[in-house]
Amino acid sequence: MNKPQLSQKRPSWQLMLTLLMFGFMYLPILVLAFYSFNESRYSAGWGGFSLRWYKSLFNDSRILAALQDSLTVAIGAVAVSAVLGTLMAVGLARYEFFGKGLYRGVSYLPLIIPDIAIAVATLVFLASFAIPLSLWTVIAAHIVFCLAYIALVVSTRLAGLNPHLEEAALDLGANPRQAFVQVLMPELMPAVISGCLLAFVLSMDDFLISSFTAGGGTNTLPMEIFSRVRTGVKPDINALSVVLILASGTIAFIAEYIRFRSSQRRLNQ
Amino acid sequence: MLLVPAGAWLLLLLVAPSLMILEFSLHPGLRPGQAFGAYGLGNYLQIFQPIYLQVIGRSLYFAISSTLTCLLLGFPVAYWIAVMAPKRWQNLLLVGFVLPLWTSSLLRSYAWITILRPTGVLNTLLSTIGLPTLDLLNQQSAVLIGLSYNFLPYMVLILYASLEKLDKRLLEAAADLGANPQQVFWKVTVPQTLPGIAAGCLLVFITSLGDFVVPELLGGASSMTAARLIYNQFLGATRNWGFGSSLSMLLILAVSVSIALLIKYGDQEPERY
Repeated sequence: MNKPQLSQKRPSWQLMLTLLMFGFMYLPILVLAFYSFNESRYSAGWGGFSLRWYKSLFNDSRILAALQDSLTVAIGAVAVSAVLGTLMAVGLARYEFFGKGLYRGVSYLPLIIPDIAIAVATLVFLASFAIPLSLWTVIAAHIVFCLAYIALVVSTRLAGLNPHLEEAALDLGANPRQAFVQVLMPELMPAVISGCLLAFVLSMDDFLISSFTAGGGTNTLPMEIFSRVRTGVKPDINALSVVLILASGTIAFIAEYIRFRSSQRRLNQ
Repeated sequence: MLLVPAGAWLLLLLVAPSLMILEFSLHPGLRPGQAFGAYGLGNYLQIFQPIYLQVIGRSLYFAISSTLTCLLLGFPVAYWIAVMAPKRWQNLLLVGFVLPLWTSSLLRSYAWITILRPTGVLNTLLSTIGLPTLDLLNQQSAVLIGLSYNFLPYMVLILYASLEKLDKRLLEAAADLGANPQQVFWKVTVPQTLPGIAAGCLLVFITSLGDFVVPELLGGASSMTAARLIYNQFLGATRNWGFGSSLSMLLILAVSVSIALLIKYGDQEPERY
């Protein structure tokens, strides 16, 4: 049989290009890591190994305060969105009602409309009602996109579930609350958690929506990074990048692992 | 009802604000703190001034060229992972390829400053091996590199999903019937994965079109885009909320039209034989 792709002896050009692209994807990250240990401040050459940028990072009170603001926003927004987003996904799967298509469409908007348009609209809304900008307005704005992402991940899981699961629980004598909490929720939990991790990372990374909704007293980490790097290369930002990339890499790994485990379990059933 | 809290939140903080942007865009020259004047289309007419048309043209150019770059680079990668790589490595390879997406796009764009700046990594390497240095940072080419880099994983993810569903027996059947590899590719693989190609291109196109961070950090003064222009009308020096709102409406319109086109033409099942 003639299998054109598999019969070649030397590496195919697709493999070579894939390797090259893997290099392309990881090159910027490796460059940041390399320079974060570089003693010299300005040159692109190697000035010797040093941890000085990490030391200056952990003594930088502006960075630490910004990290605190970012964590407050991300944790607050994700906690609220986990509840709202999961309820929305379950409601959309369960009920038929007039205007459902419109509701579903609106729930996808935060995933589709560019951040800049959402940011501008939120600012105009807050300014028109003279709502003072603060950490709270940032959290409120982050909930909009966090709940959309969580609902999307949970909906995907719901679509793969047996729709009669809850009915079976009800037939066996569970009341609606028990059926929801003890039967449906454990099945949805992996999706809720990976949705929350995704939303957490997106909230921690968001620059535009935060800058449009934060008042003078609020400064998230991406806002602080942006204001520093637009004036050039800063070695302590290299160190910060490495710390943040390791943190989001760990979160990504946990999320992928949960997804993998739940899909394995589904296959075994 | 389960849908009320999230619905109320989206209505209050997404739908109502978007309608207010529409309202703002219809009041020419509105600045923060001003009362609404008469209705008019002045803000939309302002977009047709040559300098702003140029900005919009540049945004479209960036979005289209980064989409094509992502397609040309992403298709072979997705093809190799989905069709040619050993089955049990496929998931790991895919996750490995899109892992950088989890890290902040701000930091990944900043990393490209380190690479592309005049005394950066690229030029140090070039001058070490005796080649002339390149002046890429704050040029349009830096924006294209940054956008393609940022959105390539999305393209690979979507193309992979499409290629993975491709029935491999069709490829073998075509080859058995005497098609050469080029014919198999253009007559079987591409038509079968067209919905995936369309969806991937749409996603990269709309995210590139609205991206602010990459052109702002890598593009310098020569790369003003619609997103940067909107930013300037609200947080920058210009402060013209009316004009900014009309640009924002235009951006939303462009995104909606692209999605409507995809739904109309892209959702058709590929022909089965």
